[in-house]
Amino acid sequence: MSSDIHIKITDRNGTTHAVEAPTDMALNLMEVVRMYELAPEGTIGVCGGMAMCASCQCYIHSTHDLADKSDDEEAMLSEAFHVKPNSRLGCQIQVFPELEGLEIELAPEE
Amino acid sequence: MIKTDILIIGAGPTGLFAVFEAGLLKLKCHLIDALPQPGGQCSEIYPKKPIYDIPAYPEILAGELTEKLLEQSKQFEPGLTLGERAETIEKQSDGTFVVTTNKGTQHCAPVVAIAGGLGSFEPRKPALENIENFEDKGVSYMIKDPEVYRDKRVVIAGGGDSALDWSIFLSAVAKEVTLIHRRTEFRGALDSVDKVQELKNNGVINLITPAEVTGLIGADCLEFIEVTKTDEAPQRIKTDAFIPLFGLSPKLGPIANWGLEIEKNAIKVNNALDYQTNIPGVFAIGDVNTYPGKLKLILCGFHEATLMCQAAYKIINPGKRLVLKYTTVSGIDGFDGTRKEAPKSVVKSIN
Repeated sequence: MSSDIHIKITDRNGTTHAVEAPTDMALNLMEVVRMYELAPEGTIGVCGGMAMCASCQCYIHSTHDLADKSDDEEAMLSEAFHVKPNSRLGCQIQVFPELEGLEIELAPEE
Repeated sequence: MIKTDILIIGAGPTGLFAVFEAGLLKLKCHLIDALPQPGGQCSEIYPKKPIYDIPAYPEILAGELTEKLLEQSKQFEPGLTLGERAETIEKQSDGTFVVTTNKGTQHCAPVVAIAGGLGSFEPRKPALENIENFEDKGVSYMIKDPEVYRDKRVVIAGGGDSALDWSIFLSAVAKEVTLIHRRTEFRGALDSVDKVQELKNNGVINLITPAEVTGLIGADCLEFIEVTKTDEAPQRIKTDAFIPLFGLSPKLGPIANWGLEIEKNAIKVNNALDYQTNIPGVFAIGDVNTYPGKLKLILCGFHEATLMCQAAYKIINPGKRLVLKYTTVSGIDGFDGTRKEAPKSVVKSIN
């Protein structure tokens, strides 16, 4: 049986939310943010999760070992704004049990 | 003035299917879209991506879906205003609406259906606080007429195809071309990447990477940009033009000012009935609308388009009764004179 993992998400107003994310629903981080409505609809996941906009850009604050960026994600981040070395696209990061305790912050809206 | 029965704003899948459903009710449609081609996101953003949840298509590419919808609606001869963004809506004294585009094209219809998806695609602007002061005074987000840059100093920012292609093109026109990109890697056709490398080696293009434009300076018009290379102090570059090419992103845009009830960046509609907005005669269908339980799926847009057409019929033909007809039974009469119908069976005795 798969269990939920605990993630801390800091929204664009600076408020940190501790949420639980199921690991058995093929969710990505962008979808977790939408699930808990931590960013207004239309300001996150605009392209639907195809790494074709940067509306789900987030900064990874914990030291979890994440899968490498795909070429699509690299390309999108190279054109996005407010990019930092720890920037990732939430839609490209799947929720796995190994991400227990992950801490992320949503990048500002473009 | 273009006149039609249903004016559809947005030529994505939902808008295109609305043309078909309206046609079955003998209503004519006209589509407006900010993009130069029909298909919306399906043709602009992900034409080569497969979609798996279109009923009866186990898999179809977004581009193919657009082609099929165009083919299906063709017999109802929709009018098209492409490459123009619907800007204003005005209700006339006779109850019809006049919608005017950013280029001044006027459309008149008794029913307006907004099938605007995520909104109109607009250039993404870099986050520079005074950039708007320099718009059309040195800063532009797209190149309409390259001759404007003849013998001028031009700075282009971006790392995709359009930044590469325009740098190459303008290097033969402008006095000086500087290309700035946050990374050293560019994403584009191999030919263009190689060409830019060659032009850089020959001193034709001034390439600054990895760097970002961090400031715009000028009294009235743009005079200098400030560029900052990673871990270096900012430097100023004299320029006549700054062209950031960071791709397109969808914005609800002028529709947000039409007096429609907006919630969650979408237009609120009555989903118990017909997807009408708070303005009678104006409907919102597909991804652009919201209601309890809304799902942004193409197949839901098709359903919404169908019900919208029924309501439009009643507005356009007040008092007339409408009965559901099946295409299997009635066939389809196109506005182009074509007729499609099931082959007739015959009654004949066999001896």
